[in-house]
Amino acid sequence: MAEAPLLELRGITKRFPGVLANDDVSFDLARGEVHALLGENGAGKSTLMNILYGLYTPDEGRILLDGKPIDLGSTKAAIEQGIGMVHQHFMLIPVMTVAENIVLATEPRRAGVLLDYDAARNRVRELSERYGLAVDPDARIDRITVGQQQRVEILKALYRGAEILILDEPTAVLTPQEAKELFEIIRSLESQGKSIIFISHKLNEVLEIADRVTVLRRGVVVDTISAEGATEEGLARMMVGREVLLRVDKKEAQLGGPLLQVDHVSVVDDRGLETVRDVTFDVHAGEIVGLAGVDANGQSELIDAIAGLRHVASGRILVEGHEITNVSARDALEAGVGHIPEDRHRRGLVLPFSLTENLALHGYRYQPNSKSGFLSLRKMGERARRLLQEFDVRGGDSQTRAASLSGGNQQKCVIARELSTNPKVLIAAQPTRGLDVGAIEFVHRRLVEQRDSGRAVFLVSLELEEILSLSDRILVIYEGRIVGEFPPTATEEELGFAMTGGRREAA
Amino acid sequence: MSGDDDRRELAKSQDEVPQPPTPGTVPTPQSHFASRFAGLKGAIGPILTTIIAFFAGGLVVLVTGKNPFKVYNAVFNGTGINWFFHVGHHSARIPFSTHKMWFPWDTASIAAGNLQQTLLLTTAIVLTGLAVAFAFRCGMFNIGGQGQYLVGSYFAVWLGTSFVHLNPWIHVTITVVAGALAGAALAGIAGILKATVGAHEVISTIMLNWIAVWVGEYLFGEQGPLQGPQPSVPISNSIADGAKLPVFWGLALLQGLSIGIFIALAMLVVYWIIINRTTLGFEVRAVGFNPEAARYGGISVARNYFLAMAIAGGFAGLAGALDIAGWEYNIGQNDIPVNQIGFIGIAAALLGRNTAVGVGFASLLFAALINGTSGRQLDPSIFRPDLAGNLTTIIQGLVILFVGLNLGGLWMTFRRRRHKGRIDEAGIPQAPALPDAEREGL
Repeated sequence: MAEAPLLELRGITKRFPGVLANDDVSFDLARGEVHALLGENGAGKSTLMNILYGLYTPDEGRILLDGKPIDLGSTKAAIEQGIGMVHQHFMLIPVMTVAENIVLATEPRRAGVLLDYDAARNRVRELSERYGLAVDPDARIDRITVGQQQRVEILKALYRGAEILILDEPTAVLTPQEAKELFEIIRSLESQGKSIIFISHKLNEVLEIADRVTVLRRGVVVDTISAEGATEEGLARMMVGREVLLRVDKKEAQLGGPLLQVDHVSVVDDRGLETVRDVTFDVHAGEIVGLAGVDANGQSELIDAIAGLRHVASGRILVEGHEITNVSARDALEAGVGHIPEDRHRRGLVLPFSLTENLALHGYRYQPNSKSGFLSLRKMGERARRLLQEFDVRGGDSQTRAASLSGGNQQKCVIARELSTNPKVLIAAQPTRGLDVGAIEFVHRRLVEQRDSGRAVFLVSLELEEILSLSDRILVIYEGRIVGEFPPTATEEELGFAMTGGRREAA
Repeated sequence: MSGDDDRRELAKSQDEVPQPPTPGTVPTPQSHFASRFAGLKGAIGPILTTIIAFFAGGLVVLVTGKNPFKVYNAVFNGTGINWFFHVGHHSARIPFSTHKMWFPWDTASIAAGNLQQTLLLTTAIVLTGLAVAFAFRCGMFNIGGQGQYLVGSYFAVWLGTSFVHLNPWIHVTITVVAGALAGAALAGIAGILKATVGAHEVISTIMLNWIAVWVGEYLFGEQGPLQGPQPSVPISNSIADGAKLPVFWGLALLQGLSIGIFIALAMLVVYWIIINRTTLGFEVRAVGFNPEAARYGGISVARNYFLAMAIAGGFAGLAGALDIAGWEYNIGQNDIPVNQIGFIGIAAALLGRNTAVGVGFASLLFAALINGTSGRQLDPSIFRPDLAGNLTTIIQGLVILFVGLNLGGLWMTFRRRRHKGRIDEAGIPQAPALPDAEREGL
């Protein structure tokens, strides 16, 4: 960097009881630069950014803006210094319009008390044109897509005069298409002189968008490197601290008979719309079948039907030749269907329950977890401790509440429970969503293990890369129909073409 | 991560640390420590709540120109709890026999009589409190304790005044059991409505309360089917002696204490066991915390809504039956709309955080307060008895208000605010769904 950095964090240390969240962290940001902050969950990325945004005060260290030390005691102070943050979970008011949300707290007024809505709308329109962030100022927040909500958050920061934008895991909530659009927005902001701190744990994204990358591990800066010439493998090693297998290593599939048969199944969703249409496929013992598709093309309803959580409108579902069409969730479980649900918070875990209780969520009725209606807490606990050890769940013991674990460890818990029942058929719905590299490797390895031990694995994912690297066969779903079957050697382009119904993508 | 300060802090907040050093299969001493006191931590809120409510009540007394300390002292003496502090050499009759034995307390003093009254009230409040607590554990708010209590008492009167020549043990048993079943049936209606068509239990239980009240008005009104021998007096017959619960302390004629209190205490234990030690309780709690996850786990949500409401109603119905079989013996039409015991149960469950121990103590508190401020107990020169009842209502209202505020939660939040980063890092949902004690179910 020839010129002095715009922003500099020097020797930041932040302690929380029992945790050293940031240990002597230094970080700098040049004007017009995208600087990525990379690290696993719990590496200290969010703490560092919350310090920069004035939410916490560091125990040690200094923050310099344009070479001058600044004191950020509050978010208000940070905003005044031109620092804006877009949180992972948006801070928008759903029933208000885009323009109202953006001008909130600094609204243009008429007669001192009334909101000058026209002025607000004009300001918003002006900003959105200038930075290429297309949004309708009059649309209500709860009526627009997540990608658009994110743009509103960015506009809100710009409206408040942000020169430095902190984007906290911005792609976590976006579809691949929306992510692409976000990257274009970031490039446009960059070209207009804004500086961006991009927090992520997705390696490919970081390499695509960032100029420089700083890797944090357990609160310490591992290194700051130029994105040019860096590789995913190298970054992963820096993040995790050991070699990580990004490619899944698997043997030739040893196919057995069909374990899961889905025969002309149609499913109707809660609104009465037919979302799964006449779907037929088999999954054999010893293979992983991947279902690729854009979100909300019937995947969830299809999974629910197989898992006994939703009735089919027509068709049959068989597990190892036994019909399980329209049985209860419990009967589906007993027939041998294991199910890693797509939303671990909503469905996979009872968050206020202890890990012991969560691990017994299916098996609480049977020995050794209970006997004639009474829970055997000691045996439940023993079983839980064994599973936690076997699946390397960290961050708590068997009495810890599921809510206090990190996402990766929560997912390990869900997987431990689902695999512990030795299912014949395993449905894995977005099994690595929100997980970091180390945890993804773990999950993938477990899925391949299941396949190799002769089970049928049905993998549903929105990540094409995951589908391609794990599956032995790939099905593509579009508007509730299976529109194609591909070998694992298919390219992302071929799949993407089928996923959008055979039409070329607009972008 | 050094220094004694850090280590002390670690012990206090083990549950919030995202990545403790041990890859956690062995419980660390710290987590042992934390879990042992999780229940006590949960008691902070209710105790703070009670203290503030009494303080505010004291201010009200001050406004009326009376001395709050004197008033509270008089209230306390009216509760009969002071009985425990007067230790001496007395003799007491061994219950259900003619023998006497040495006893440290005077079982026939005025304080003893007051205590009997307090404990009679406690009996009913414990059970109506459990009626709220049990449904709450399944994610439902049972406002219908009052109606369930009433139908329980109706059935107890009906069966208690019938079959006069039955064996007393059988008679009292069917009287009490029928009351419980009646309460369960009434609450079960709300449970079925929620399970099948999704009718909100708050609305349906409130409506069922009114149904229970007006059915009672009919049953015990003039010319009603259960009205007693005098046509112009809308009071039922008294139940047969065989249907009455044995009174073990005091005289039955003077509303002595029946063995109902032991049944109520046993129900606290039953509640604790069901919730914490049975598969039914596991299902109920899973549905209460996250119905979607429960459904995914193979648990029938509808069945649990019904069962939890029915069991809750059973507790309230039992309360009504025990009151009839224990000391009331009959029902007057005029008593039906003024009875509030089911609603006091709501306050007791809220203050007791739906835990067995909590409901027990909260019930004793409310029973003592009601009894201590009743006109019969309070000396008019210290505080006007007609105002004293309002003092109870004020304190009760403040307690509910503060429980809504969740003082314990606020206190923890303030403590936590300083250390917020850790929570963000681990991706833990910010709002703790329920305090620890609620989960532990102590």
